[in-house]
Amino acid sequence: MLAIIDYGVGNLFSLKSSLDAVGEETVVTADREEIRRADRLILPGVGAFADAADKLEKSGMADVVREEAARGKPIMGICLGMQLLFEKSFEYGEHKGLGLIPGTVRPIADVIPKGYKIPHIGWNELTFPGEKHPLFAELEEGAFVYFVHSYYGAECSESTIALTDYGAPLTAAVAKGNVIGCQFHPEKSGAVGMKILRAFCAMK
Amino acid sequence: MITKRIIPCLDVKDGRVVKGVNFKDLNDVSSPIELASYYSENGADELVFYDITASAEGRKLFTEILTETARTVFIPLTVGGGINTVEDFDRVLKCGADKVSVNSGAIRNPGLIDEAAKLYGDQCVVLSADIARVNGEFQVFSRGGRDNTGMEAIGWIKECVDRGAGEVVVNSIDTDGVKKGFDIEMLRAVCDAVNVPVIASGGAGSLQDFLDLFDQVPDIDAGLAASVFHFGEVSIAELKEKMAEHGIPARLV
Repeated sequence: MLAIIDYGVGNLFSLKSSLDAVGEETVVTADREEIRRADRLILPGVGAFADAADKLEKSGMADVVREEAARGKPIMGICLGMQLLFEKSFEYGEHKGLGLIPGTVRPIADVIPKGYKIPHIGWNELTFPGEKHPLFAELEEGAFVYFVHSYYGAECSESTIALTDYGAPLTAAVAKGNVIGCQFHPEKSGAVGMKILRAFCAMK
Repeated sequence: MITKRIIPCLDVKDGRVVKGVNFKDLNDVSSPIELASYYSENGADELVFYDITASAEGRKLFTEILTETARTVFIPLTVGGGINTVEDFDRVLKCGADKVSVNSGAIRNPGLIDEAAKLYGDQCVVLSADIARVNGEFQVFSRGGRDNTGMEAIGWIKECVDRGAGEVVVNSIDTDGVKKGFDIEMLRAVCDAVNVPVIASGGAGSLQDFLDLFDQVPDIDAGLAASVFHFGEVSIAELKEKMAEHGIPARLV
């Protein structure tokens, strides 16, 4: 059983549907016990970092995620959900994240060349800087996934498992042990995204 | 490298996909759900569902069709038509929309963009503008292209982007349905004015029209069309291959 953590943000319907499509039994839940019982977790999210981090902390869900991460449960953050895994974000001020992966969240405007549009919206290629992570086992370098973001994971090169090029290399995915983050949306990335979700669902 | 997107637009009325020539004389084409799956499998980068009658008749969007589509199609979905309040945003986002496009609703109440961008993020809010030349000026039309608002279009688009629209769909009324190519002049003017992704709409009649669009307006991010795809005049898979041959970044499937 996979639990999609529902803390009141994002399009959870598509995410749940995509997991249904790969044959994973999935529950969308805000119930802490249910989250603890699940074999794996997905932390979704769109919108503003501060608001989402606040909701996670206030609901007590942040602590549950930290505890389950420490127990070795596979956890995947998607888009803002990935950014929340870092130590802090500089989106409209400075805000604390879950601190599960070393790094920060910064505006892509800081690193991309002038003339590149913000947000970074659309299909872009994945490259794998080191040894290919099991999440991407079934993919070739250059596989396209769908991105929508204006901020990126910075100071996280040690945990970076995929990059994408938008005038500058941007963090596309990170992993530290059982904790994984994808800046792109696997649930919106067609057949490639399904392969990534399937790989995550096979992780022990 | 980020690719140029190809986006079929499904204009939905009474649960069916329709496409009007210059917004009139609608023809039934097909089932939205079937068409959406077909496009997704054949290389569409994204889908747009417009409830084309909603802004005129106050008709609510066909959320059942949207829900069913989002259950089976795993590429981004943008929904437009009849979006007047943040409750309308909420309703379609819960049914699987990723982005919501505003048109007449934003003309009536521009603050809707600020409000929605604050709640759902800029990336969720798409400004759709129906534009035609009037006395040598680009002007914005509302209610599915029927009413001239008298507003100058480039200024309007810039205002909406400042308010938080994360993407802009430019639909040229002058070229829509004519099938002789996109409105290069209008699209260049918009691309020069804003720094968010711009999607070209209105005028595609052949595969070559898309190649010309990306050649002649390098800053354009996507080409949107309906009937050329629905009637099989342009195959998206073939279009993607031709784009790649011409050095236009494309996602091949």
